[in-house]
Amino acid sequence: MNPTDNAFILVCAALVMFMTPGLALFYGGLVRNKNVLSTIMHSFMMLGLVSVLWAVVGYSLSFGTDIGGFIGGFDFAFLNGVGMGVEGSPAGNLPHLTFMIFQCMFAVITPALISGAFAERMKFSGFMIFSAAWLLLVYAPMCHWVWGGGWMGEMGALDFAGGAVVHMSSGAAALACAILLGKRKGYGREPFIPHNLPMTILGAGILWFGWFGFNAGSALAADGLAANAFVTTHMATAAAVLSWIIAEWVHGGKATTLGAASGAVAGLVAITPAAGFVTPMAAIIIGLIAGVLCFGGIMLKNKFGYDDALDVVGIHGLGGTFGALATGVFASIGAEGLLMGNAHQLWVQFVSVVATWVFCFVMTVVIFKVVDALVGMRPSEEDEVRGLDVTQHSETGYQL
Amino acid sequence: MKKIEIVTRTFKLDDVKHALSELGVTGMTVSEVKGFGRQGGHREVYRGAEYQVDFVPKVKIEVVVEDERVPELVREAKDAAFTGNVGDGKIFVSPVDEVVRIRTGETGDEAI
Repeated sequence: MNPTDNAFILVCAALVMFMTPGLALFYGGLVRNKNVLSTIMHSFMMLGLVSVLWAVVGYSLSFGTDIGGFIGGFDFAFLNGVGMGVEGSPAGNLPHLTFMIFQCMFAVITPALISGAFAERMKFSGFMIFSAAWLLLVYAPMCHWVWGGGWMGEMGALDFAGGAVVHMSSGAAALACAILLGKRKGYGREPFIPHNLPMTILGAGILWFGWFGFNAGSALAADGLAANAFVTTHMATAAAVLSWIIAEWVHGGKATTLGAASGAVAGLVAITPAAGFVTPMAAIIIGLIAGVLCFGGIMLKNKFGYDDALDVVGIHGLGGTFGALATGVFASIGAEGLLMGNAHQLWVQFVSVVATWVFCFVMTVVIFKVVDALVGMRPSEEDEVRGLDVTQHSETGYQL
Repeated sequence: MKKIEIVTRTFKLDDVKHALSELGVTGMTVSEVKGFGRQGGHREVYRGAEYQVDFVPKVKIEVVVEDERVPELVREAKDAAFTGNVGDGKIFVSPVDEVVRIRTGETGDEAI
């Protein structure tokens, strides 16, 4: 065990944990004030629900002994054999518990990301059951495929910190949920104006901060690779902030604070799969493209007519997909991409993108249909109009 | 007694308050209100989606005064709130039947 690496990864785990309340604020500010608490709850509750599920069985399904390249076994269920030493740890320099809790924080934020798609119109009971099922049936296999010794990692797909596992998977799930759940009442007729943008900006800032743990920590050591991932993360994000607001400007509007915050998240998402494989200069190019691309991505929902309330598909789905492909183009550290003359890498990335989208979309549809039949996913029209805070949680965010 | 209600631009609140104070008005009630008139609303853009916001924020200042002071107060308030652009607002004058000062029980002009 390497004490330096251990200290670093434990701190990174705490940083990643902080992203989830950051996401709660990011999303919370974007909804109308009658739904601020329910939206915050969608993220915050994952800290409770997913953490326990992860310890009971989620970690084992992701990192237990490989079964056919598809899923992990039950050997680490109830954290059996996950101890203070390095025995059984997928990272030989880290105590098994350290590796487990770092991965736990990734599992927590992923279902929380989806919640942006069904914000303002999801029953809390349906949400809880859906999220638990999604974690075990979609996240755990995805995590196993890419990082746990499954087929996608074996194929050579590069995903440094979760472009496929976290962002594409949540983006694909978001698309399925938005389509199945239908539009919010009044969508397209009434204005849906964010009720507290300063809250959203603060949330974006916390996400940016926590993302250093997410990406640099994914080096799984306090080394130069971690430093590279830290720098690429920052540079891509900064570049995406610039390119998003420039796109807004050119598109005929004004530079908005929401645009700057959205650009930051787009850049963070896009660099996630690439962070340890590309140089800082390549990261800036990735960020510049991601900002413009995701600005276009959020327009897609108007074109296709689904109500992805907080643009999870446009930012995480599209940004994650672009990041995965960009990794296949720009990889030059520890792997070779298209620009290094290795076109095969881009093909492998493409296969991983298609497989991730199809698997996550189809599984989400199945889970959604089952939970909808069991407890119902959408509140009554009257409850939705009154707001989810008072109807789902018996409280209101603001007393005025 | 009359009530003068001045609905105008929020940034003109201080100017109007100052003008009324200069004329010896010793009390007023101020509220933040929303509405629209000929100015209409405005457009807001969030992530590329444009929304028409019909109600624009204004400030409403209410004072109750003796009948004879109404013309000069209205004139000064009008001058203070004036910019010359659409959206300067309106002044409403209406009769007030009775005023009671709660602490002393005084009524009418004495209670203003």
